[in-house]
Amino acid sequence: MASKTQEALVDPLFNENPIALQVLGICSALAVTTRMDTSLVMSIAVICVLTLSNVFVSLLRNSIPTNIRIIVQLTIIASLVIVTDQILKAYLWDISKQLSVFVGLIITNCIIMGRAEAYAMANPPGMSLLDGIGNGLGYALILMITAFLREFFGSGTLFGKQILPLVSEGGWYNPNGMMLYSPAAFFIIGFLIWGLRVWKPDQLEED
Amino acid sequence: MQRNALYTILFATAVCIVCAIVVSSAAVSLKPAQDINAALEKQRNVLLAAGLLKADEKVDADEAQRRFEKIRMVVVNLETGEENPDIDAASFDQVRAAKDPETSSVAPANRALVQRLPDNVLIYKVLGDDGVEGVVLPVEGYGLWSTMYGFIALESDWDTVRGITFYQHGETPGLGGEIDNPKWKARWPGRKTFSEDGEPKIRVIKGLAGPPAEDPFHVDGLSGATLTSNGVTNLLHFWLGEEALGPYLARLSQGRAI
Repeated sequence: MASKTQEALVDPLFNENPIALQVLGICSALAVTTRMDTSLVMSIAVICVLTLSNVFVSLLRNSIPTNIRIIVQLTIIASLVIVTDQILKAYLWDISKQLSVFVGLIITNCIIMGRAEAYAMANPPGMSLLDGIGNGLGYALILMITAFLREFFGSGTLFGKQILPLVSEGGWYNPNGMMLYSPAAFFIIGFLIWGLRVWKPDQLEED
Repeated sequence: MQRNALYTILFATAVCIVCAIVVSSAAVSLKPAQDINAALEKQRNVLLAAGLLKADEKVDADEAQRRFEKIRMVVVNLETGEENPDIDAASFDQVRAAKDPETSSVAPANRALVQRLPDNVLIYKVLGDDGVEGVVLPVEGYGLWSTMYGFIALESDWDTVRGITFYQHGETPGLGGEIDNPKWKARWPGRKTFSEDGEPKIRVIKGLAGPPAEDPFHVDGLSGATLTSNGVTNLLHFWLGEEALGPYLARLSQGRAI
């Protein structure tokens, strides 16, 4: 049991990372990773929504009628996302403005639907909770690595603090503007997937 | 698990009711905190447009309030262009006034796609050491996806732009959403708004505009966002024009409204 618990929590970090292996949730990973603070808030929001939706879906898994299960999952997820969005607007106004529509778009983040359908519908609430946290952390890990690279090389800052002095302000670092565009996130995530699959060859897909 | 139709309907109803209660109670209970944030945001934008707050400056609510003391809010009647002392500026809600048929009218056809025009609007005078230094005017209009709400501030020649901001919009992030970009907003101060015959002449063009001294009526376009750029031009032409704030600005330049 102990190893199974650990699997649910740790596997999604490297072995079954939702972004890197399952290639889910790419859209928001491209959009919010220009800065580390927005990525951090987005990660926390996704972890909360994912964990809670897994728990609620799992609690109801034996009573949800099969033919309407997807829409029931969606209703639960949508409600959680709206509540999250409202909380951010009330307490983290600046960041919620920067995240704009992407908090609302957590509803369509495939990781959350995917885990509800693939895991929470078949497992008890405790395990689903861990699976939610694990997958949320897996998403957060990729998001934070991408955001670190993009913010550091794109604007010479980390969490908004100037680390590399910019040429425009009398320093020596000429920021790489391409890092701030979405394609840069594509490249970074692509390289991450490549690196992960070199490290763990069993993740390679058959041709 | 396969159940009969009645169970399915009851289950769906129960889920909907529970979710609706959760969502609506969150929305209602968090509304006050969100309203405070929105009010602060608006205040900051007035300060930004007026040039009393720099784009990269972070100030807390108290400091913003202190700087706001240099601003005097005035309610102006659009039709007469006169200040309207009967309405308390501090509690005047222009958004509500624009919705209420008692205090608004259907706007004349306009390219900014403004539907209803309030009878009175809230403007902000910037007080300097020797009287009024400038004025911050509310503007709104349609871009590509959304109504953009913002402010344009004019110097006390009632022609030169002091600053511009948008505090609420739903334009495409990265394209039209760049109307938030401090670098683009920094292109505005020093431009002129009116032609010699008093018509709004400033416009957002495609491509780059020259420096304000040589090319006073043009502002750089936002690349990839022609419709948002045109929307900005349209809303300025409408709000600075005859049908909205034109009469008030005309009175100001004749020195009659101060």
